[in-house]
Amino acid sequence: MSILQQNRQYLREKITSSREDGRSHTEYRPITIKTSVLDKAEGSARVTIGKSDVIVGIKMDIGTPFPDSPKEGILMVNSEFSAIASPEFENGPPREDSIELSRVIDRGIRESHTIDVGKLCIKEGEKVWMVFADINILNYDGNLIDAAGIATITALMTANIPKIEKDGTINRDGEFKSTLPVTEIPVPISAGLINGTIVVDMSKNEEKCADAVMTITTKKDGNFCAMQKAGPSALSEEQILKIAELSQKESKKIRSMIEKAVKANKN
Amino acid sequence: MASNVPKKYEKLVVGGKRLDGRKLDELRPTKIEVGIIPSADGSAYVEVGKTKVMAAVHGPREMFPRHMMNEDRAVLNVRYAMLPFSTSDRIRPGPSRRSNEISKVARHALESVIFLEEYPTMGINLTLDVIQADAGTRATAITAGAVALAHAGIPMKGLVAATAIGKINGKLAVDLDGPEDNFGDTDMPFAMVSTNKDITLLQMDGDFTPDEFKEALSMAKKAIEPIFEEQRKALLRYHE
Repeated sequence: MSILQQNRQYLREKITSSREDGRSHTEYRPITIKTSVLDKAEGSARVTIGKSDVIVGIKMDIGTPFPDSPKEGILMVNSEFSAIASPEFENGPPREDSIELSRVIDRGIRESHTIDVGKLCIKEGEKVWMVFADINILNYDGNLIDAAGIATITALMTANIPKIEKDGTINRDGEFKSTLPVTEIPVPISAGLINGTIVVDMSKNEEKCADAVMTITTKKDGNFCAMQKAGPSALSEEQILKIAELSQKESKKIRSMIEKAVKANKN
Repeated sequence: MASNVPKKYEKLVVGGKRLDGRKLDELRPTKIEVGIIPSADGSAYVEVGKTKVMAAVHGPREMFPRHMMNEDRAVLNVRYAMLPFSTSDRIRPGPSRRSNEISKVARHALESVIFLEEYPTMGINLTLDVIQADAGTRATAITAGAVALAHAGIPMKGLVAATAIGKINGKLAVDLDGPEDNFGDTDMPFAMVSTNKDITLLQMDGDFTPDEFKEALSMAKKAIEPIFEEQRKALLRYHE
């Protein structure tokens, strides 16, 4: 058995009593949220959870609406597991984990009707705002979904809609027309199952020896708007309900951090 | 959304009955057949209402590509696809972001019941082709995949079946069909193991209060039992 395998086996055996960094099972690593970290983007945020580091930029362009929703703007969430973030990430087309991450975050935002897409219509059936949220992982040390989710909603909340000039061009430098109509703050909370124990905010090491991960996204009113179970093992009903309870509790704390960061950005 | 809903879909539940006459906790008519693809090691066809899925298992066989080989256990490779003619708008062939994600969750939904450690270094390929889609394709594909694996004679801890719980007109309902899925509010795909009742697939989008979520879980557990029954019957029929 390699040192790495021994480490992970040790971590699995010890998990009932303690975690590798001394946290309790329901304790997050320190979270930092920075807003407006990019000048060229319409909105941006950089979030760290422990050593995991994620940057999100919002870009907006004018596009044609989908035929079945001619009066609605379009939101696209995309993620890039850049090769700088971890020796195991490779450049090239997005792989499973990256696609899953952006789709889970996209669902949380879309299904909670976070963005009032009706307000993003410029001309019905012809021109609407397309909002691109591009998630870039800068450093991987576990729990990327939560970090990316926090960064995405923060970036959206601080995004400005560029001005459209009379000739139809987009003016991104002048005065902004308004901020993006964001009405909800969905927060994803991920918890893993390691050797029968439920732990939140897993580090990279913990993720490597986890049996399953469950992400539950919660809204302001405490209702759930998106869920995703990942990982090879099954979960029992009790375990799922426990994670649901945890996610309600933890998301409240993180939501107030987001609100604080957004408020500070406005001042 | 509400303003775009055509009038005839405004009421999806009338007097406790749905548009197709089902009760809220009733599955669509489910048909399962095994051994439909002779050249595969295991295969199954599953029909849930108008949703039709074919599943085929090739293996356990030599792992390809070789760098994916695992010395301790077999590797399960799942590929889910909606065929170009499966929906009213043609679907571009080849993997999409959606199908990539579903392939991943379907693999996770199935691999925990397979004794993969029985076949070190080998690969098991499971292909899930949706030939007609009318909501619930991932659930139907997982149900089909589990039967196909069992038909291939691969040792398993139990069967896996899947369905979805949705919310239509504010009420929880089992196994949404196409119109309900388009105009319903919430969708929760769900898969369970027949033996220990563990949950191997759980996704959700929409809006659930914590109480609704609890109810949805117990509703799903109950609704799924008849699918296990159909799976067993189909396997027994084949061996008669």
